[in-house]
Amino acid sequence: MHRVVVTGIGVLSAAGPNTAAFWDTVRNGRSAIGPITIIPTDLLTVKVGAEVRDFDPKQHFESKRLGMLDRFSQFALVAAREAIAQSGLTFEGELSERTASIIGSGVGGQSTLDDSYWQIYGEKRTRVHPFTIPKLMINAATSHITMEHGIRGPAFAVASACSSAGHAIGQAFQMVRTGMVDAAVTGGTEATITVGTMKGWEALRVMASDTCRPFSKGRTGMVLGEGAAIFVLETLEAAKARGAAILAEIAGFGMSSDAMDITLPDPNGSARAVRGALRDAGLNLEDVSYINAHGTGTAANDVTETRALRMVFGDHADKLMVSSTKSMIGHALGGAGALELAATILGMRDNVVSPTANYTERDPDCDLDYVPNEAREAVVNAALSNSFAFGGLNAVIAVKRFAG
Amino acid sequence: MASVEEEIYDIIAEKAAVDRSKLHRDARMEDLEIESLDVVEIIFAVEEKFDIHVPYNANDSELEFETIGDVVEAVEKLVGDKEKAG
Repeated sequence: MHRVVVTGIGVLSAAGPNTAAFWDTVRNGRSAIGPITIIPTDLLTVKVGAEVRDFDPKQHFESKRLGMLDRFSQFALVAAREAIAQSGLTFEGELSERTASIIGSGVGGQSTLDDSYWQIYGEKRTRVHPFTIPKLMINAATSHITMEHGIRGPAFAVASACSSAGHAIGQAFQMVRTGMVDAAVTGGTEATITVGTMKGWEALRVMASDTCRPFSKGRTGMVLGEGAAIFVLETLEAAKARGAAILAEIAGFGMSSDAMDITLPDPNGSARAVRGALRDAGLNLEDVSYINAHGTGTAANDVTETRALRMVFGDHADKLMVSSTKSMIGHALGGAGALELAATILGMRDNVVSPTANYTERDPDCDLDYVPNEAREAVVNAALSNSFAFGGLNAVIAVKRFAG
Repeated sequence: MASVEEEIYDIIAEKAAVDRSKLHRDARMEDLEIESLDVVEIIFAVEEKFDIHVPYNANDSELEFETIGDVVEAVEKLVGDKEKAG
């Protein structure tokens, strides 16, 4: 078994075009939620989102290539470039075949799907763009990363709604840990702010119309986000041997299924995933001081997640700092777990716990320390990043501060 | 023609699989074991039936329906407003 470390992070989110902008926004508790601008909102009841603003694909891709890239693939490629550049790895020779690429996405190319269906049903056209299918498939982002960087090892997409990134990263972690591969490019990406998708979310009646206030009394639901976060994972030995800067250690992974309800979360299922991650990482309860929560801002999630953390941590729950990055960058669904792992790792690096923004008032049913509105200086030696998806599929990643 | 109330009862009985004879204005959603996802589907069907928009958010207790009567009253009002505007 190998120890697995992170040597590169790339982020593209509502909080800005790269990791530095993301972290500057998140550590300062600034919410990037605002009016939706990338699609017409006349048909929408909910008109707020956490968009990747001012994203000009032509700055990143040749026009010839753009015909093949849905927005969700573009996000993943931009984030992957940043992560791989930071790691300093090039995938040549043996490493090319010894590297995995596993990317989570809940639904893949929604803009492509929405646009092409509109052309058929709305505009009554008789044909759609010839690349419609290869653009919208959920594995497109993974495949484009492998092509751009020459990654020839195990590669696939993972879809488990809001846990997609968590499951993808967990899978990549296990492959590196067991020696199946030497490195992995992994994370999550999502771009679902389309009219069709927004109408679908509205219909479920779980969307906030103002902003996302996780764990706060008066919260009215989730806000849809978008973006991507990609990581380079490799074995500790390899990273040390080449003198790479190590950002954190991925120490454990826990998964579970609620087997209960397609939308409502079950605290028992969440708790089993949390316990699984702790056990896998060899962590005691007292070792953990920070939880990056799933924290969607819905009535159901936030109470259930709080209960699950109490079930697992008992009295130590009162000493935990728990915060929701979604309060600032919305819910990027299949990309969320990766964006939140980035916030977790960057916080551990800088001894900062990022806050839960938009927190206004204590909810008696959510009675933990949610680091309201202002970041806190703290040395975090071990943290968890939670993802609890629709469908009851849970993924929890345990991270350790890397101290040499 | 069936009243708004009767039509709502038909919808609730079908969507939430509740015995229609148990439906009356004072009946509580919770007692009838009508879960939040059932409510979402009921509201959708009501909106489709009467061509109205019901402001309902599963996360907002102020917009929640406690009893069947709450649903009926809200819909009757929205249907009435629509007829006046119409």
